[in-house]
Amino acid sequence: MHPAISVIFLTTLIGAGQGLYLALYTGQFYSAFNVLPGQDPARFYALGSVIALLLLVAGLASSFLHLGRPERAWRSAAMWRTSWLSREVIALPACMAAVAAWGLIHYSGWNPLLFTLSEAFDIDLSMLVGAIGTLLCFALFLCTGMIYACIKQLQEWATPLTVINYIMFGGASGFMLATAFAAWQGSGLVDFYGGWAIVMTVIAFVTRLASLVRNARLKHKSTLQSAIGIRHARIEQKAQGAMAGSFNTREYFHGASPRKYRFVKWVFLVLVFPLPLLLLSAGLAVQSFGLLLAAFVVQYVGLLAERWFFFAQANHPQNLYYQTV
Amino acid sequence: MTQLALVIDLNVCVGCHACVTSCKEWNTSGTAGYLADMNPFSKDPTGTFFNRVQTFEVGTYPNTETVHFPKSCLHCEDPPCVPVCPTGASYKRESDGIVLVDSDKCIGCSYCSWACPYGARELDQDRKVMTKCTLCVDRIYDESLPEKERKPACVNACPTNARLFGDVSDPDSEVSIAIRDQGGYQLMPEWGTQPANHYLPRRKTRITIHEDELIRVDNPLRKERMLPMPDAGDPTLDETTSW
Repeated sequence: MHPAISVIFLTTLIGAGQGLYLALYTGQFYSAFNVLPGQDPARFYALGSVIALLLLVAGLASSFLHLGRPERAWRSAAMWRTSWLSREVIALPACMAAVAAWGLIHYSGWNPLLFTLSEAFDIDLSMLVGAIGTLLCFALFLCTGMIYACIKQLQEWATPLTVINYIMFGGASGFMLATAFAAWQGSGLVDFYGGWAIVMTVIAFVTRLASLVRNARLKHKSTLQSAIGIRHARIEQKAQGAMAGSFNTREYFHGASPRKYRFVKWVFLVLVFPLPLLLLSAGLAVQSFGLLLAAFVVQYVGLLAERWFFFAQANHPQNLYYQTV
Repeated sequence: MTQLALVIDLNVCVGCHACVTSCKEWNTSGTAGYLADMNPFSKDPTGTFFNRVQTFEVGTYPNTETVHFPKSCLHCEDPPCVPVCPTGASYKRESDGIVLVDSDKCIGCSYCSWACPYGARELDQDRKVMTKCTLCVDRIYDESLPEKERKPACVNACPTNARLFGDVSDPDSEVSIAIRDQGGYQLMPEWGTQPANHYLPRRKTRITIHEDELIRVDNPLRKERMLPMPDAGDPTLDETTSW
């Protein structure tokens, strides 16, 4: 498939935004049990949710660039019963609303106690809204991943690993950003977020490697024989019906040389996993905001390459009809 | 239930592209809007087509065959492009099974084109909406046309009658009989899309002649001899016996 820049930015930006929000809420949740120190609501949670919201908004804005008719985008919520894309169109604004509400509650300080669970576990409004936001974040991850995983003839995508990878990459980059944010705020959560960023990056490495191995062994179900229905071992295309390209030659081929294709794979394998882990560990050791921020930026750039490769690797069966001019 | 479809006879198609040009001509002047036609007279011409004829060579020289392969939307009975559409612009008509795009609802996200295994859909570069074969829905029901012309433009244009049009759900229709009697098949059956359009394979007229049909056999009335049989060159009973 041809990697669309707008979709690359959409999926990486909202992933990081969702991950950052999940990190912030995890911090609040743990502090409710007095496992972690509570943070200043306005300076930490509210400001953090603004950053998460900005990432989500930037992702949404980027998605509009993918549309031929962006002015009609409102129509795309209609088919949520059947279409994962439609479900994402609903889940994204819902997630943004929950993040905004959660941040606003912390900023305004209007956070009434709703009820108490067992002893000493108070559920206030921010805990409830935050939990709803968490569910919506995971729903959004599921929708984003299923958009790709549900197309069965794109066999490279049609695996649960696609959804898992979207969750793990979003979580890893979000916690990476949360670590830098906590360091900037001088919060005591730097090591907590940093630890989880390492764990998630390692899990993401394992799951992404699993999908790379799976795709390397993939046997495509469609062949030129099944595409035109002629049983012969040697079929060669002589003409594709157009001399200078068509939608079919632009949309479904990545168009990069094999060298560039392999290069991008190694770029993302280095930039998403070992390099950020190195920067993060160094940043945690010396408690340097600069190094922690660099770890996030490097991983984010790596994720752009990862997403490019994700699209480029998917081989659409229609390409069988477009082997030669 | 009605399921309109095309049946394309690969045994007859000569690859003249008359169906391609007549399709473009009819649909670019159709009610659903024109089809993009970019740089038609300069470098890298491109544009929207609902139908394309491709050419494949099967086999190794000298035992090769050239197969011309017209390719358009197959109007699947279980179309994967329809449920993925977020706006409902992509739909399959209950009344006649034609898969259509409502160009007023389409947001041009191209997601349906990803879901189609056949690459039958093209995003129009000018109008920025998804387009596809409509089976000339604005022709086949037009009562101002003579009845024999109420067929898709490609079917009317085909000089060799390689394209048949009709209801594949009716077992007695011309298309159903052709599929049944002449080995009609569907493309990429592995995806379970159940394309309504069928293709008729290359067919050779062959008769099988066995050796004993070329060599005159002995008089069947004569009592059978012991094996081994005499050589083929030996005189036959007819030649040695005066009846």
